[in-house]
Amino acid sequence: MLMAHGGGGRLMHQLLNQLFLPAFQNPLLARQHDASVFEVAGQRLAMTTDSYVVRPRVFPGGDLGSLAVHGTVNDLAMAGARPLHLSAGFIIEEGLPMAALWETVNSMKQAAEAAGVQIITGDTKVVDKGKGDGLFINTTGIGIIEHSLEIGPRSVQTGDVVLVSGDLGRHGMAVMAVREGLSFESAIESDSAPVAAPVLDLLRAGIPVHCLRDLTRGGLTSVLNEIAEASGLTLAVEESLIPVREDVRAACEILGLDPLQVACEGRFAAFLPPSHAEPALKILRRHPVSANACRIGAVTGRNPPRVLLRSLVGAQRILDMPAGEQLPRIC
Amino acid sequence: MKFIDEYRDAAAAKQLARQIARLATRPWNLMEVCGGQTHAILKFGLDELLPPQLSLIHGPGCPVCVTPVEIIDKALEIAARPEVIFTSFGDMLRVPGSRQDLLSVKARGGDVRIVYSPLDALKLAVQNPGKEVVFFGVGFETTAPATAMAVFQAARQGVKNFSILVSHVLVPPAIEAVLSSADNRVHGFLAAGHVCAVMGCEEYHPLAAKYRVPIVVTGFEPVDILQGILMCVTQLAEGRAEVENQYSRAVRREGNPAAQKLIREVFRVVSRKWRGLGEIPNSGLGLRESYAAYDAEHKFGVAGLVVEESSECRSGEVLQGKLKPYDCPAFGTRCTPEHPLGATMVSSEGACAAYYRYRRAPVPPAS
Repeated sequence: MLMAHGGGGRLMHQLLNQLFLPAFQNPLLARQHDASVFEVAGQRLAMTTDSYVVRPRVFPGGDLGSLAVHGTVNDLAMAGARPLHLSAGFIIEEGLPMAALWETVNSMKQAAEAAGVQIITGDTKVVDKGKGDGLFINTTGIGIIEHSLEIGPRSVQTGDVVLVSGDLGRHGMAVMAVREGLSFESAIESDSAPVAAPVLDLLRAGIPVHCLRDLTRGGLTSVLNEIAEASGLTLAVEESLIPVREDVRAACEILGLDPLQVACEGRFAAFLPPSHAEPALKILRRHPVSANACRIGAVTGRNPPRVLLRSLVGAQRILDMPAGEQLPRIC
Repeated sequence: MKFIDEYRDAAAAKQLARQIARLATRPWNLMEVCGGQTHAILKFGLDELLPPQLSLIHGPGCPVCVTPVEIIDKALEIAARPEVIFTSFGDMLRVPGSRQDLLSVKARGGDVRIVYSPLDALKLAVQNPGKEVVFFGVGFETTAPATAMAVFQAARQGVKNFSILVSHVLVPPAIEAVLSSADNRVHGFLAAGHVCAVMGCEEYHPLAAKYRVPIVVTGFEPVDILQGILMCVTQLAEGRAEVENQYSRAVRREGNPAAQKLIREVFRVVSRKWRGLGEIPNSGLGLRESYAAYDAEHKFGVAGLVVEESSECRSGEVLQGKLKPYDCPAFGTRCTPEHPLGATMVSSEGACAAYYRYRRAPVPPAS
């Protein structure tokens, strides 16, 4: 295994497609959405799981505990579900200060309250010193679906607009700055936040949302490529419309990273019919977490499945799936 | 972003492209030396703005790409040792040696770390007196001063558990190798701005005069590159062959004398092997005798290692501008960023990587 197998890029997709999907194959898993939607006694539910291993445990704008809640709640929201309950599994390395665990758990409690979910079951395991990196958390979430839409890549249609809910790349750069000991003029704060509220507002207003995806590992680039592949459609986006904050752009510029590949933890992309773009943006902009929502492009047609980006100087190029982790460059 | 956005301005870019089209009356080939420029050209689609009679040929200025497989194998051997913390710029980690890359060594338990500066590697050595910290000194004249500073500081502070695997190379000998080749078809050069920020412009005058080619020191943003092309084409149209400086906001004629002094203090000019190009005389830097204690090749006994390069990878021709990446039979099939045959496919400045990333399938014209 290489680190890149977990990086959200092409290697990770190979791992999913060649190992996990064939091993566990079933129709629900095959949909490959952030959360799986299934029916129990006539009620549609959504379920998802995620493990959190972020280092450092505390970073500007968040910590491991809040992230473990936001990430899972957001995956439920991406299925159009109202998050209800979470489980929490803790893998703790021997020697972790009790205060660190307390801080993390307290942060989870606050994040869960803010997101309107309850943590209703859990598990604790302690491993020998050196066999873990302080603290790993897994959360599984269940949500309820209160509409009749099929939200997923296969519902995406030619002509759909592509919206993003805010500026990109803050979470990844906030964590990297602390991890690598880089200091910038002002600390970049993570965008980690729950996004279920604006999503549920869209659905309550009757916006026919076709697909939602949170822009986590691999960033916008990875998500757009996944949707293009799963829907078999061409997406076209405008570089000049993609919002990236000045400090994030500058930090990426210095490190030779592409902000469109940097992870967010409180941002999502939405695909919906063009006639609903303006009302949808109006609703999203009412919520602080998506106050800067905007349109970045559209689904332009059939085949081949790929993402095109019109560059700042007006030429068009491919926006390719990242190969693995981004590596800072020499010069 | 101030000082960046001005150089990514669409109107300015299009205006320059129109001026270039007016002057480019004959089929001319220009070589951008630096891989950073190659990536900017493909990332922003600058070649699409140029008239068809003007071709851009991608040069050998990607330090990762020209590092011979032999040095990579030496790095892999050193990095696998249990007493070693092996430090490198991020780009080098995915570059294939003859059998594996540094990321695989890391996955098997080697302590391989990305650093942003050789001085960070020196700091690691001070913090870990029980370990041997090795820095992979790769790059052109741009990164050589930082490596030199780390060695200089290590010597001054008496740090003994620190050494450098040196693979620094120089730009002018590479330009000369291209120009003196029998089948050279380059009519003008965009020289690498950051290299000249350190070394200045002086050493390019003899090349421009001897081979009768315009050489324009050029920056890295779209407007920089188009302006560099315009200056080059203007010279060709007027029959001049001079050294000009487009990147005057960063490059002074004399360069950075303090950095040059440090390079001379620590390094001497040596002949070096280039991946795909073979040995070029006086084309690289090696540690001076007085700093030999910091030479990782000798410290870890790998100096004698000789490795032949794979014959399937044609990056040598790509690096000399004789082959476009997509004309290589292995491009995108047996050679991809996940399974590269050569460094040009993985380096963030490699020409093959740029074509794979931005141009794999034909792109329809912008409407």
